[in-house]
Amino acid sequence: MKEIRIHGRGGQGSVTAAELLAVAAFADNKFSQAFPAFGVERRGAPVQAFTRIGDVPIRLRSQVYEPDYVIVQDPTLLEVVEVANGLKDDGILIINSDFDPETFKIDTKARIMTVNATKIALDIIGRPIVNTVLLGAFAGATGEVKPESIMEAVKERFPGKVGERNAEAVMEAYKMMRDQK
Amino acid sequence: MPRETTMDKSKMVVVEGSYAVAHSVKVCRPNVISAYPITPQTHIVEDLSQFMADGEIPNCEYINVESEFSALSALVGSSAVGARSYSATTSQGLELMHEVLFNVSGMRLPIVMTVANRAVSAPISIWNDQQDSIAQRDTGWIQLYAENIQEASDMTAQLFKISEDKDIMMPSMACMDGFILSHVYEPVVLLEQDITDEFLPPFNPERTLDPSNPLTFGAFADPNYYTEFRYLQEQAMQTALKKIETVADEFSDMYGRYFGGLIDEYQTEDADIIIMAMGSIVGTIKDVIDRLRENNVKVGLLKVRAFRPFPAEAIKNVIKDAKVVVVLDKNISLGMNAGALFIETKSVLYNTDIDVPVTGYMIGHGGRDIPTSTIDKIIDDAKEIMKSGIKTESQFTDLKEELV
Repeated sequence: MKEIRIHGRGGQGSVTAAELLAVAAFADNKFSQAFPAFGVERRGAPVQAFTRIGDVPIRLRSQVYEPDYVIVQDPTLLEVVEVANGLKDDGILIINSDFDPETFKIDTKARIMTVNATKIALDIIGRPIVNTVLLGAFAGATGEVKPESIMEAVKERFPGKVGERNAEAVMEAYKMMRDQK
Repeated sequence: MPRETTMDKSKMVVVEGSYAVAHSVKVCRPNVISAYPITPQTHIVEDLSQFMADGEIPNCEYINVESEFSALSALVGSSAVGARSYSATTSQGLELMHEVLFNVSGMRLPIVMTVANRAVSAPISIWNDQQDSIAQRDTGWIQLYAENIQEASDMTAQLFKISEDKDIMMPSMACMDGFILSHVYEPVVLLEQDITDEFLPPFNPERTLDPSNPLTFGAFADPNYYTEFRYLQEQAMQTALKKIETVADEFSDMYGRYFGGLIDEYQTEDADIIIMAMGSIVGTIKDVIDRLRENNVKVGLLKVRAFRPFPAEAIKNVIKDAKVVVVLDKNISLGMNAGALFIETKSVLYNTDIDVPVTGYMIGHGGRDIPTSTIDKIIDDAKEIMKSGIKTESQFTDLKEELV
């Protein structure tokens, strides 16, 4: 089983991202589970959401304490949240940032990867909404889910032009991360 | 032969728990839904409202009310005229219904209500525990607790069938852990309309409120009559004990899904340590058991699905040969320093030949997370009890001493 933790701010669609990842993983013939760190959601406040992906039905109901992967939607969170908390040594930390991974002094043995998801979102979607873009980056960085499955999940959730553009952004981020690997 | 659920992935979709439940309600063809929003139940009635707006629930009235008291009161009338009636609530909303809960049961109205279990104020907590429904245990409602969203949604159809049985006619609560199940996305088979139309016959009560054939429901009962009303309610609960089992079997035969009847067992056959629990925590416990079994720790799970009626015989039968029984409770009976499942379990063992130590843990109150390490610690304690007997009968789990 792989466990993913998504850090974001209220309003950035972290919970939606976790859900879409669960939908995509299931489409890949895996079992999955997605849930928010249940709280009193406020716009702008740090939030977390979780996804589990496995080969058998997922029964575990606790929060995620030792994630295999962490996604950070907003780099300003690094100042207020210990995003690498519990992250496995052989895991991957994906940060939405235009800086190089080496720039970040984070206490982790896990690999740090960065992607300028905000730029991709602005260029392709036209708005700085990065949650779907980062799912594409996740697919490219980890290989845990097919980018096509994420694109399908995105298009199903956001019908029409919005979904199309998001799906395009997913593929763009996927390619960028795959090439970094 | 043990019944099992085979997961047919081709029939599954990944949806939110609340959606799966709302879909089940729709498929059960309700005639009246009353709705008052309260977290974490709100998504269920929102989804039902959407179904209504989309014309997907024919012959149904959706009533927006001004409180939970009204939500259930409205259903008293609708159920009495023979309408299949549903609502959903949680926490303070359920507590506000308290007096109406007794009325519904006393008038023998087979309303089904989903409870997205949540802690009770004060202090305000929107998070999960099971104090809300446990506090209503004496109101004469059948209570089943779900392990996952498949069970929570399938349970809806089962409960309409059980409640509306002419020999039962008692209301029921489908209890699902708030947020943990109401807000989780996971693969589920949405309740099938074609099978459900066969499984669940239309609600056709023997007696209804009808102007052309006037009756009185919930009339005045003087001391000459009151006792017999209570007796008959209890008889109906005892009948429900059997019906919950047969309906689960029938459901399994028709749908191919089974989650237990009154109870379910996991690795209990040779278990020295048996953990008893209700709701979503049993999934976490199963994972821990699988890991410990690899190291030859003989531990098993008794999942209590029905809390009311209380499955005394089924429980006794499973735990009679264990060396330690550990009972987990997401609730507390204040002044008893123990949770309800622990108290009930101990009480049914008295006056029997069964002599097994029973220890209780109050756990997960107000949404405190229950990691596998907490279950590990509890099982370590149980091993100690096997060696040297019980030192603490009932205790709080993961208490932060520094805060008290």
